[in-house]
Amino acid sequence: MKKLFNRRNFLKGGLATTAAAAVLKNSDSEASGNFEGYPDGMGVLVDLTRCVGCRSCEAACNKEQELPEPAKPFTDFSVFDEIHHGQKRRTDETAYTVVNRYDVPELDHPLFRKFQCNHCNEPACLTSCFVNAYTKTPEGAVIYNEKVCVGCRTCMIACPFYVPTFKYSKAFTPSIMKCVFCYDTRLKDGKAPACVEACPQEALTFGKRNDCVEMGRQRIRQTPGKYVDHIYGEHEVGGTAWMYLSSVSFDKVGFDTHVPNEPIINSVKDFLAMVPMVLTIWPGLFVGFHLLATRKDKVIEMEKAKELAKQKENDEKEEQV
Amino acid sequence: MRTRRKIMRTAFALTIGTILTVPTLALSMDASDAPDTVTIDTMSELYGPVEFDHAMHVDYASCQECHHHTTGDIVADPNCARCHHNHDENDVVSCSECHVADRFNENYLKTLEDPKLYHIDKPGLKGAYHLNCVSCHQITSGPTGCVECHAMTEAGEKMFNTGKFAPTGTSSAQKH
Repeated sequence: MKKLFNRRNFLKGGLATTAAAAVLKNSDSEASGNFEGYPDGMGVLVDLTRCVGCRSCEAACNKEQELPEPAKPFTDFSVFDEIHHGQKRRTDETAYTVVNRYDVPELDHPLFRKFQCNHCNEPACLTSCFVNAYTKTPEGAVIYNEKVCVGCRTCMIACPFYVPTFKYSKAFTPSIMKCVFCYDTRLKDGKAPACVEACPQEALTFGKRNDCVEMGRQRIRQTPGKYVDHIYGEHEVGGTAWMYLSSVSFDKVGFDTHVPNEPIINSVKDFLAMVPMVLTIWPGLFVGFHLLATRKDKVIEMEKAKELAKQKENDEKEEQV
Repeated sequence: MRTRRKIMRTAFALTIGTILTVPTLALSMDASDAPDTVTIDTMSELYGPVEFDHAMHVDYASCQECHHHTTGDIVADPNCARCHHNHDENDVVSCSECHVADRFNENYLKTLEDPKLYHIDKPGLKGAYHLNCVSCHQITSGPTGCVECHAMTEAGEKMFNTGKFAPTGTSSAQKH
């Protein structure tokens, strides 16, 4: 008897269908990975050459966001020497932003770097959140809704900059703590965030994201030798609302220079696109394969049954005879 | 009679004119035309005003180092000189004339969208002061700490959790 299905054909068919579906899925999900941010989204250009480490931004943030009293006054500069778990200071549930000092060998003075949420054009935290607790607003802020959060903390792992922090002191009412670009109190009314307004050196410049890029380019062009020819955040992870200028290469001042230029979602969207397909097409497809593959056995069984029946008939006839 | 009135009127106009222009429009734009001290109080909420000793600073820097092209001096920065190479002195040379106090105001940000505008990155008044003062003080060993130039007010102490608002240590927010 001719085999309708053998193992090779079965696998070939399965792979071909999967590939076809993946290609179809890819072509329409490509658009979502090329989102370049809201055209009128706001941004901040951080100029490391201007920052003097006065910590005014930290103090302003603390008051604006009604965060708890700090352990040390904001005028205490010994915090720059603090090392926690082998690292410089990081944001946590009590601070949405911190300034760290970096001693760079080729410079005769230290550089200071402000750390906070970079408000990505295509945030990985938002992509990873399965209850949609995150929103990228047209103004440029990545905001978070505590009411729907289930406290899974996937966003903390998804974020390429390790920004979201968990309020461990309130584990039963989960809450992620991170910079929200002062969205509720300022940004949605067109105002600059508290840290920008507090900065005496205008190391933080607020404006439309596109204008911030222009400003950055102009500074690099007009003062040759002052900056490295790169705006960190212009393209990193698909572009961020907060961008940085530096006089030394960014890896020397605490930046991850290995993040991709593509949004984080691009690394996982091929896989994610396959999930619905696997869940919807595969069951039907493989049940079909199974039925077809086992049909042969059924046919044989039926033939056997027929033969048996025939034999029975014959036997009965013989008996009658 | 008419002549006398004319003379009086001219004298009056001259007097008023001189009073009005001396502090602002200096005809030959010399350091001696400038006020000896300038009170800077843009941040007087968190920090008290600064009594800036202009007369003393004249010995340390040329006019254009702080006032750019506005005093009629030749600007040193070749980039500025491309346009301002023989610029007359401005009517007003005070910092606040060009550097706005409310730098990130929505309406001001809109003015930056003009595609023909070259100065898209002009610092605000607070930024202009600090960028100019601090960068020079770093080189000349002048004061660079916040309270070395302006005393902190009570509101400032509250914002920075210092002085009588210093952390008590009873807060639950101890760093771990």
